[in-house]
Amino acid sequence: MKRELICILCPKGCTLQAEILETEVSVTGNACLRGERYGKEELLAPKRTVTAVLPVSNRPDTAVSVKTEKPVPKEKVMELMQLLQKESLIAPLEPGQCVLEDAFGTRVITTCRVL
Amino acid sequence: MNYDVIVVGAGVIGGMLARELSRYQLSLCLLEKENDVARGASAANSGIIHGGYDPESGTLKAQLNTCGVSLLYRAAKELKVPHRNNGSMVCAFGAEEEEQIRILYDRGVENGIWGLRILTGAEVRAMEPSLSENVTLALWVPTAGIISPYELNLAAVGNAMDNGAHLKCNFRVSKIEPNKEGFLVTSADGETVQGRFLVNCAGAFSDEIASLAGDDFFRICPRAGEYLLLDQEVGAMVSHTIFRVPTKAGKGILVTPTADGNLLLGPTADQVKSPFDTQTTAQGLEKVKKEALSMVPSIPLSKVITSFTGVRASTSSGDFIIQSSARVEGLLHLAAIDSPGLTCCVSIARRAVRELEQMGLCLDKKEKWIATREDPRAFQDLSIQEKNAWIQRDPSYGRIVCRCEKISEGEILNAIRQNPPARDLDGVKRRTRSGMGRCQGGFCAPHVMRLLGAELEIPQEEVTKSGGGSVMIKGRIG
Amino acid sequence: MKEHKIVVIGGGPAGMAAALAAYEAGVKDVVILDREERLGGILPQCIHNGFGLHKLGQELTGPEYAEYYAEKIRKTDIKVYTGTMVTSLTEDRVITASNEKGILQIRAGAVILAMGCRERSRGALGLCGTRPAGIYTAGTAQKLLNCHGLLVGKRVVILGSGDIGLIMARRMTLQGAKVEAVCEVMPYSGGLQRNLVQCLEDFDIPLYLSTTVVKIEGRERLEGVVLAEVDENRRPISGTERSISCDTLLISCGLIPENELARMANITLDPVTGGALVDEMRQTDAEGIFACGNVLHVHDLVDFVSDEGEVAGLAAAEYVLGEAQSKVAVPTVSGNGVRYVLPQRICDQEREIPLYFRVSQPRRNVNLIIKQGDSVLKKVKRIKVSPGEMEKVVLPAGCLRKGKGEIKVEVEV
Repeated sequence: MKRELICILCPKGCTLQAEILETEVSVTGNACLRGERYGKEELLAPKRTVTAVLPVSNRPDTAVSVKTEKPVPKEKVMELMQLLQKESLIAPLEPGQCVLEDAFGTRVITTCRVL
Repeated sequence: MNYDVIVVGAGVIGGMLARELSRYQLSLCLLEKENDVARGASAANSGIIHGGYDPESGTLKAQLNTCGVSLLYRAAKELKVPHRNNGSMVCAFGAEEEEQIRILYDRGVENGIWGLRILTGAEVRAMEPSLSENVTLALWVPTAGIISPYELNLAAVGNAMDNGAHLKCNFRVSKIEPNKEGFLVTSADGETVQGRFLVNCAGAFSDEIASLAGDDFFRICPRAGEYLLLDQEVGAMVSHTIFRVPTKAGKGILVTPTADGNLLLGPTADQVKSPFDTQTTAQGLEKVKKEALSMVPSIPLSKVITSFTGVRASTSSGDFIIQSSARVEGLLHLAAIDSPGLTCCVSIARRAVRELEQMGLCLDKKEKWIATREDPRAFQDLSIQEKNAWIQRDPSYGRIVCRCEKISEGEILNAIRQNPPARDLDGVKRRTRSGMGRCQGGFCAPHVMRLLGAELEIPQEEVTKSGGGSVMIKGRIG
Repeated sequence: MKEHKIVVIGGGPAGMAAALAAYEAGVKDVVILDREERLGGILPQCIHNGFGLHKLGQELTGPEYAEYYAEKIRKTDIKVYTGTMVTSLTEDRVITASNEKGILQIRAGAVILAMGCRERSRGALGLCGTRPAGIYTAGTAQKLLNCHGLLVGKRVVILGSGDIGLIMARRMTLQGAKVEAVCEVMPYSGGLQRNLVQCLEDFDIPLYLSTTVVKIEGRERLEGVVLAEVDENRRPISGTERSISCDTLLISCGLIPENELARMANITLDPVTGGALVDEMRQTDAEGIFACGNVLHVHDLVDFVSDEGEVAGLAAAEYVLGEAQSKVAVPTVSGNGVRYVLPQRICDQEREIPLYFRVSQPRRNVNLIIKQGDSVLKKVKRIKVSPGEMEKVVLPAGCLRKGKGEIKVEVEV
C-alpha cells in the first residue's frame, strides 16, 4: 500500500511517497535523510513531540512551557497530556528542568525561565 | 433610605438628568440594568451635535434642539468630553434634492438656527475637497459639531456621582409599586430601592418601564442603525460632517470624523423586533459603504477597524415624549429619545428638572456643586517634562498597555477607580480607548484583564467583556 | 537627549539578531528598546517546536529559540530597555519612548525597525452579527493559554488557516477543547503543509476550504457561528449556510506589519507587504533607518527573520561606521504569479543577493525565473509552491547588468 505523506520534520514540508514492501519501507520525495526516517516511522510507528504548559503554583496566572525531549508514540499523546494535567511547578524555574522522568520513553522538560 | 428621585436608565439622558438634579439638595439614585453605563443607544450613535434644521417646527425636538446645542457645548467643556464644532453640510445630488435643501434652510431659519447658508457644489467642495463631483448644492450648518457620545454619558454620570448621586448597575427593574412615600422599585435579583419621584429614562426599554409603573400609553419601535468605523489614519480625510438630504426614514447615512479622530460611516435605519437586535448585517454594511462612497468616493474601505449597530428608541409619533404621567403621581417619562436626542440631552434634562419641580419636587441649590471633572486625558496632553514628573510620582503612567492608542497602565487603573468605575473590558475601552485602536484589543486584552482582576479582586474566570455572562475565560490548565 | 550609535526598536527574533550582528560588526553602542518585560517578542508564547532547524541546526521551541539569542545578548554590552514603548520616531532618527522611569528621548546614528506585526482583527474582516465575548485572534488566545494558563473556550471554530490558527487548533485540542472546524475563505490553506498534517489531520479536525463565517450569534458569550461556502470572488453562496454551536471563534486571517512608527518617520511603505520599501541591506528610503523581520514583510519561518535581522544589523553598522556607499538602485518587480518581491530595489550589484517572494496561488511543477530585461539571471525548479510558504532564490554575485532595467521575478508553469 502506497501512501502520500507530508514530512513534518521541518517547515519545508516535503511530499513523500512511502510504501511498505516485503522486508522494508521505501520512501521517495524526501529532500534529506531525516525525511526518509520520518516516512518509515510514520508508516510503522508514528511519533510526535508534545509541547504544553503547566501552572506555576506560586505565580498567579503564570504558566511554564514544557516539551518532551524526544517524540513519543502518537497514540500516547493524549495520555501524556492527562499525566501532565496533574503536574504543577514552583518558581523559580530554569529551562531544561525535568518535569516528568518517564513519559513513554522520554523525559518532559521545561523550555522557559520563570523568575 | 427614601431617595428623592430615582432615575431608571443611566444612558446619556438619565446621566445628564442626574447631573442637573445633583445641583440641588436631593438624594438621587440611578438604576442601570447593564454592568456599566453607556451600553445602549447612548454608546452606539453618530456622535453628532445636530444644527437643528431637521425637526419640524413646533415639535419638542425642534425646540429642544435649538436651545440644546449651546447647552451641550458648555456641558462638554465643563465635563472635558472630546468634542469639536466642525460644522455639517447636507448635500444634494441634482434638482429634486436641491429643492429639499431650500426647504431645510427655511425650516432651519424658522427653528431659529444661526448661520445657515446654501452653498453651490463648487463652494462646498472648496471647503471639503474630497466631496463627490456630483454634489450640486449643500446646506452649510456652522453650529453643528461632533462629540464622543459614550464619554459624554460617562462624564455626566461620573459628575453626578461626584456630586453625591448613587449608581446601581446590574439593576434590572422588574417591579414598580407606587406607595405612600412614592415608589418601591424591585430588581430581577430582588434588590429594592425606594424613592419619591421616578423618572423613566430607559431608552429602548422605556415602554416596558412605563408599563411596569402602570402607565402603558406608548410603544417604542426600535430602529437599528449600522455603522462602520475606520482607522485614525484616515480620520482627517474629511473635516466636516457630511449628510445626504434626509428622507422619512431618518437623516440618512453620513460621513464624519469622530471626536476621537476616527472616520465614521452610517447609520442605516431598519425596524427591528427587539432592542437587543444589535447585530450587523452584510446588507446593512453594504448599504453604508455604497451611500458613503456616493458622497466621498475616495474613502479607503480597507481601513475599517470595526462595525457596530445601535438601536434607537423611536416611536410612530416621531417626537420626544417628555411628560409627567397622567395616571401615576410622581412619575415622569423622558422617552422616545431618538435623534437628535444626544444634542438635546442637556436641554431635555433641564426641561425635566422644571417638570419635576411642578410635580412637587423641592429644588434647593447646593452650596458647593462641582461643575467639572478631572480630564481623563490630562496626562496625554502634558509636556515631556510634566509627564516625567507625573511618572516619577506614579510609574504606572510610564507603562504603556495599549500600543495602538498609547494608553498607560495608570490611565487604565484610573478608569477602574474613578466615577463611574469601569468593571469590564468594554468599560475600560470606552473610558480610555484601550482596545479601540487598529488591533481591537488583540495585544492589550490580556493585560487589561489582569488589571481588572486585580482591582476588582476577582479571578480571571470572572472578568467579563461587558458584564453578565460575557466571560473571557472558560477554564485554566492544571 | 541621549545619543546612541544604533537603536533597535523591538527585541524579538529580528531585533535580537540585528543587535548582535551590529555589535559583532564593531559597533559597541547598541541599544534595544522593547515594550515587553523580557526579550523574545512573540516567541515565548510559541511553545511548539520547529524553530531553528535552518539557522541553528537544531529543533527548538519558541521560548528556547528566544533564549538562545537572549543569552548571546546578555554576554555583550548591548543595552536592553524592556518595558519600554517607543511612541514616536522622526526622519532624523529621534526616538521618544516611555517606561516606568519616564519619557526617554534618544538621537540615534542608525535605527533598526523590528516591531513585528499584529493580527487582522474581527472588525477588519467585516464579520457580521453580534459582538459577544469569545472572539479572539488566534495569537491572543495563544498568549492567554501559553503564558497565563488560561483557556479561552471549550468549543472552538477557527476562521482562517494561518499557522497560528492551525497551531492553536492542536493546542486547544490537547488542552481538552473541541475544535469543531477550521474554515478558510481561499481554496487553499494559508499555513504550512506540516501544520495541516500535525495540527489538523492528527486530531481529525475538519478543514473547510472556500468557506467563511457569515454570521456571529450570541448576546453575552458567543453561542454559535454560521458558515457558508464562497464563490471564486469570495462571496458567500446563498443556500450553503450552516450553523455550528461554539463558545469561541479564533481568527487567524493574516498578519499586518506594525508600521505606525515608519509612517511617523515618513518612510514609504509597500502597499502589498505593508512594510517599508527597502534595498538589499534592508535600508528604507529614510537614510539610516533599516527594517527587518515581520515589520518588513510577514515571514513563516523565524530562521529567515533572524537572517534578515543580521542583514539589517550589519548594514546599520556599516552605515554608522561610514563604510556604506550609495549606489544606483535597480528596482525589483513581481511578474506573473508573484505577489511581491523583497528587497524592492538592489543597490550593490557586486554582492550575492537573496530574493524573497511569495507566489500568488499554489501550483505544482513550476520554474521560478529571475529576469533582467530579456536575459534570464536564474531559473529554479520547484515541485510545489504555495502563497503560505515564502520562496527564497539567491542571485549570484555580479550577475546584474547596469542600466539593463528592473529585475523581474515570475512563475513559469
